[in-house]
Amino acid sequence: MSKTKFGQFGGQYIPEILMTEIINLEKAYEHYKNDEKFNRELNDLLINYAGRPSMLYFAKNMTEDLGGAKIYLKREDLNHTGSHKINNVLGQALLAKYMGKKRIIAETGAGQHGVAAATAAALLGLECEIFMGREDTLRQALNVYRMELLGAKVNAVKSGTETLKDAVNEAMREWANRTEDTLYVLGSVMGPHPFPTIVRDFQSIISKEARTQILELEGKLPNVVMACVGGGSNAMGIFYNFINDKDVKLIGCEAAGLGINTDKHAATVAKGRTGIFHGMKSLFCQDDNGQISPVYSISAGLDYPGIGPEHAYLNETKRAKYVPITDEEAVEAFEYLSKKEGIIPAIESAHAVAYAKKIAPSMKRDEIIIICLSGRGDKDVAAIAKYRGRIINE
Amino acid sequence: MSNIYKAFEKGKAFIGFLTAGDPDLETTKECIFAMEQAGADLIEIGIPFSDPIAEGIVIQNANIRALNSGTNLDKIFKLVKEIREKTSIPLVFLTYINPVFNYGYERFFKTCNNIGIDGLIIPDLPFEERSEIQEIAEKYNVDIISLIAPTSNDRIKEIAKSAKGFVYVVSSMGVTGVRKEITTDVKSIVKLVKETTTTPCAIGFGISTPEQAKHFSQIADGVIVGSAIVKIIEKYGKSAPRYVQDYVKQMKEAIQRNSLI
Repeated sequence: MSKTKFGQFGGQYIPEILMTEIINLEKAYEHYKNDEKFNRELNDLLINYAGRPSMLYFAKNMTEDLGGAKIYLKREDLNHTGSHKINNVLGQALLAKYMGKKRIIAETGAGQHGVAAATAAALLGLECEIFMGREDTLRQALNVYRMELLGAKVNAVKSGTETLKDAVNEAMREWANRTEDTLYVLGSVMGPHPFPTIVRDFQSIISKEARTQILELEGKLPNVVMACVGGGSNAMGIFYNFINDKDVKLIGCEAAGLGINTDKHAATVAKGRTGIFHGMKSLFCQDDNGQISPVYSISAGLDYPGIGPEHAYLNETKRAKYVPITDEEAVEAFEYLSKKEGIIPAIESAHAVAYAKKIAPSMKRDEIIIICLSGRGDKDVAAIAKYRGRIINE
Repeated sequence: MSNIYKAFEKGKAFIGFLTAGDPDLETTKECIFAMEQAGADLIEIGIPFSDPIAEGIVIQNANIRALNSGTNLDKIFKLVKEIREKTSIPLVFLTYINPVFNYGYERFFKTCNNIGIDGLIIPDLPFEERSEIQEIAEKYNVDIISLIAPTSNDRIKEIAKSAKGFVYVVSSMGVTGVRKEITTDVKSIVKLVKETTTTPCAIGFGISTPEQAKHFSQIADGVIVGSAIVKIIEKYGKSAPRYVQDYVKQMKEAIQRNSLI
């Protein structure tokens, strides 16, 4: 396997103008990932700033209600800034600092990665500029203000579909404009090599902890590990250290929006085809002419027409399975977890909760499911109320 | 070898770019003939893509207009075939890798060969991923044009060494678009290229005025103008061809005066 690829997927399909910097980044990462000082500092930030390790919580009420497998939630929602995004951002922002960069830029969909990036930038004394689709700035107005409060500049991207895909386009354009003092802190396991590897490595702490925790709690490995998938960073994070445990099923839940038989979905694995976009060969929702399709999901964080190349590889090799979950199923799961466990999940994470609701009842009582609860749902409350017909002023 | 070398045989070359199907394919055809009549030596035909990450706002909008007018690869191939019946001017496509990958490499390059396309520029296919299409492109005699950027540094010689058709030197950081000032030291980039290869070298990104064209044609073998032409097409729509012709004539004269010095 080429070092920039996962099977046929991945690679470095980006303009020449960015190649030198991408190679610099790769070299810097290869160096610092084994550097003792870097790792000590990152570890300190993860423990004392982000609040790691995150709990592996036994969802007793949900387990009893569904009457099948035991359900555990990996509580990434309890991290500082409210999602798993902080794991990656602290790593990359620290890397930026070690590389001598003064400024980071980032794309964001729901705003979770943007908030995390702005947070890390504030902490580490870096300038920060965020690119966010204009439509997403409206859906997630609170997060826009949060980022500004943290000292970041937020650019509302008005091109294309005005969502996450366009935010990535614009962040890449800005990076091509200014590489010397700037690192693009990509938020998911996507883009050109080395980003899918860097982000996966920084997120793999999720499964490193979860694997140890479940062995301590249950004395055995889980039967199923599942997570929502947009670009797929929390899913790669929770999958990674279970990949070699062949009996552990890995399931990614992608956004089916209004249904995979409509044109309003973001179900890349179910409905996409192999293509090359945003620096990587992977699966993409695209039309007959290879134009990237507008995608849709109630969840801004999953509203992306592609998937990380390592997921495309895990899908092709059948090591992981990917299933579509509709808006309605996700919203029901959002409400269900709130009422059953007193935990309001991010609407992204609710896609994984929804699939657990489907499969847990038919599993045995001594079987175990771990769901990566990638983020908290405070940011989604107004949007879900609107979905249910109630208008709340944020 | 393709026909691209012919563009550089008569002194400094003027290379014009436009997006196929903006605002419609008929206008594109007329604009190409207008450019040729005005003295353009090579035409870059942009195949529209939904997400052109190396383009500034002017060409992004041209891509959207072209896609909205129903432009697709088969229609563009048909257009080129019609154009080829009337002219032998070197023609290259500029597009992103996904539409080509999606069409099928073999089928794409075979068609390019049939209709007389000389080269292909793919902004999101750097040297490292060249193997994706190199063999097939060679088989069908379509030159893959290499880009060299202000950040290419140590990569310049490696890229120039295998360059075919012409070397596209990117004048500025960022994306395509008209610029008032270009500050990159393109002279030393071109010098490095020239030390490595005899393939002609043209400079693009940001060039819009006759003064800029003159200046950069003194440094390299040709200049590439895109956004400035697309802006004219954006402004005049279907009646753009004669305005494009006037503009290209003016630009070509600026670099020709230069060639005589």
